[in-house]
Amino acid sequence: MTFEEIYRQEWGQVVATLIRLTGDWELAEECAQEAFAAALQKWPSDGVPDKPGAWLTTTARNRAIDWLRREAVGAAKLRELAAIGQEPDVQYDVPDDRLRLMFTCCHPALAMEARVALTLRTLAGLSTAEIARAFLVPETTMSKRLTRAKQKIQHAGIPYRVPPAHLLPQRTPAVLAVLYLLFNEGYSDVARSNLSGEAIRLARLLVQLMPAEPEAAGLLALMLLHDARRHTRVADDGALVTLDDQDRSRWDHQQIAEGVDLLDSALSSGGAGPYQVQAAIAACHATAATAADTDWPQIAGLYAQLPQTAVVSLNRAVAIGMADGPAVGLRIVDELAEGPLADYHLLPATRADFLRRLARWPEATTAYKEALTLATTDAERLYLEKRLQEVSVRG
Amino acid sequence: MKYLLMICGDESHANDGCGGWSEEMERRGVVEGGAGLRPPTEATTVRVRDDELMLTDGPFAETKEQIGGFVLIDCADLDEAIEIAAKHPAAGYGTIEIRPLLETPVDL
Repeated sequence: MTFEEIYRQEWGQVVATLIRLTGDWELAEECAQEAFAAALQKWPSDGVPDKPGAWLTTTARNRAIDWLRREAVGAAKLRELAAIGQEPDVQYDVPDDRLRLMFTCCHPALAMEARVALTLRTLAGLSTAEIARAFLVPETTMSKRLTRAKQKIQHAGIPYRVPPAHLLPQRTPAVLAVLYLLFNEGYSDVARSNLSGEAIRLARLLVQLMPAEPEAAGLLALMLLHDARRHTRVADDGALVTLDDQDRSRWDHQQIAEGVDLLDSALSSGGAGPYQVQAAIAACHATAATAADTDWPQIAGLYAQLPQTAVVSLNRAVAIGMADGPAVGLRIVDELAEGPLADYHLLPATRADFLRRLARWPEATTAYKEALTLATTDAERLYLEKRLQEVSVRG
Repeated sequence: MKYLLMICGDESHANDGCGGWSEEMERRGVVEGGAGLRPPTEATTVRVRDDELMLTDGPFAETKEQIGGFVLIDCADLDEAIEIAAKHPAAGYGTIEIRPLLETPVDL
């Protein structure tokens, strides 16, 4: 294993253990940082220890003791110090530590952007500069956001624990939501695809720590199934490639198989939650040999099981349109346009697509033009421009 | 941990009572004090600037939601404070702000 790999694997565990020992998030992070710096200095000559994680945790613990000794003026700090020193060999790899850290970073009393940043910093080990770059904010802004979040945890008394059973039904979705948001940030923007990788890594960890939680497995399956198509979603010129036109031979079929297996075992535990349903939809797409083989009636049925948000209603309309024909799809989209989805930016693009399938060229041209004014990414814009060109030459 | 629960809501609910909340919290021993307040129309706001006393009739901010009462609690952590606040009847029609108290130094 390279040093980088050890860092990625052990950082969260070292920080999580140090927070448990010291109760101090800043100190835990600083000591973890120093332990990795010491490793970088020693390991090349001394060799990598048998259990690098235990070595790093003990080193970080000793740094914390040194620091507290220097700073310990009050009785409380001395008591804290005595408590930390008691364990001669630090209890390493307590599985609960990282789960505790995950639940605390994703506590609903923190703002969503703080939860995401905190998860990336303390659990995944990204530097403040890397997180700032990923979210397109200045490093000082990100640094303040992280400090504020850590202060709130400490001062507002957010407990460092896995919530008790009666709170899990509301708190587990909060953790899943952070990981899914992280995944989507990376998935929607090729330049930030490392965020999807981090999200998958954290979801794998969560599945390992909460094996009895089918929605955790559902979320990981969903991520793997989407991510398997990553390389085919954007053309060389940067334009979005829709499912119809993606080169299915370039999908990661091994990853698709892993996602499908995970989903199957999650579903067998009964009561499919929204992540499992979304993963089932992704599996319908990922396992269709050609676009024409897609099981659209099943996809429409699955969308009906989800809470009907704007994006779900629209996707359901698309699925029905693909199953029953573009005229039916267009009618549903037009109904949505009259009502709750009037201002939804993806609606004109969907309308345009049905009009194109119906060969109603002038109307399709108008709809693509409207969609272009609402597009939010360059990939979308490039795709829509291509379509606009196609339909306007025919009209 | 000590927290102040600031109970905000429409004044019209002010006399609705606490529906057993006070009794339960007293029994649990988490309540350290608190009171309901007279309406904001009877408030007086005080500022001193350059040694000059300035008084205003009414609350410091004219908003629809006004503090109608407060409770000082002492409980394990924020999760318990949230649970206590969520059980208060005012959480169902108004809002409750949970503010941790500044810690007084205990290192003697």
